Amino acid sequence: MKEERTVSMKTVVRQIDSVTVVDVSGRITLGEGCTQLRELIRGQLSQGNKHVLLNLGDVTYIDSSGIGELVSSYTAVSNQGGQLKLLNLTKKVQDLLQITKLYTIFDVHDDEAKAITSFKASA
Amino acid sequence: MFRASLTFFRPYDNFTKGFVLTPVDMSREASCVEMTLENNLKYVELAEEVARRVCSTAGFDEEEQQKIEMAVHESLINAIWHGNQNDPRKQVWLKFQIFSDRLEVRVRDQGNGFNPEAVPDPIAEANLLKVSGRGIFLIRAYVDEFQVKNLAGFGTEVTLIKRLNRTIKSDEGGTDREHEDCGTSN
Repeated sequence: MKEERTVSMKTVVRQIDSVTVVDVSGRITLGEGCTQLRELIRGQLSQGNKHVLLNLGDVTYIDSSGIGELVSSYTAVSNQGGQLKLLNLTKKVQDLLQITKLYTIFDVHDDEAKAITSFKASA
Repeated sequence: MFRASLTFFRPYDNFTKGFVLTPVDMSREASCVEMTLENNLKYVELAEEVARRVCSTAGFDEEEQQKIEMAVHESLINAIWHGNQNDPRKQVWLKFQIFSDRLEVRVRDQGNGFNPEAVPDPIAEANLLKVSGRGIFLIRAYVDEFQVKNLAGFGTEVTLIKRLNRTIKSDEGGTDREHEDCGTSN
């Protein structure tokens, strides 16, 4: 079945214990998608939320700028002494992270509960 | 195969309503689609849609289609954002051509050109955490050939080539010579 296209990116933020879970859906591409993600992460950091779990399970498209924005978010959170982890990567995003050798940089999970526990373990 | 005529599109708000790639017998006709887009990121998705249809028509499987679509996306972003410097007065030109053994996509901007060899390797250890610089790398990863031609005073043209695993029989048409009739006007 063909995947559905979405025009822009949408996010839902949930707080589970000390972890901020961001459910991302749609396109993370140059322009609106990247800008939204950047502002959201910076906003969370300014509120003191330094444990961020990005759930990318419903991301339909990500381009080189979107990958760059993930890297930028990772660096911004790390520089504040926090951690940014990824959850539920689609095959497309997994492939991109492998091609760009970023798979080794990001802590990637496919189980939300375990991902949240991993923040506690490494805190 | 799909319609072979030379086709121009201008991206007015309602123009997609009139956009159809009609499946027809391609014998004796070249298979090519040509588009001229205003220099605006909002038209990137439209070009992706065209790329997807062309790839499907050419016979690429779903995975290959996605790779080509992404290479077209990255090429178009480079043309709009870097080549044309996001200048709304400029345009980007795209051409898709199906040959018997390959798909060729050309993307032309009105910028000052660039040297792809000068782009730092994004998978070098020192560059892994850089925010930008992965576009050309991904294009190269997703197509079989990537060429850059600087057109002195007329912009830059990149050509993406993806080979087809199957070939069209000679009596089905679609020879390179027929495709040459597609034209190169801009």
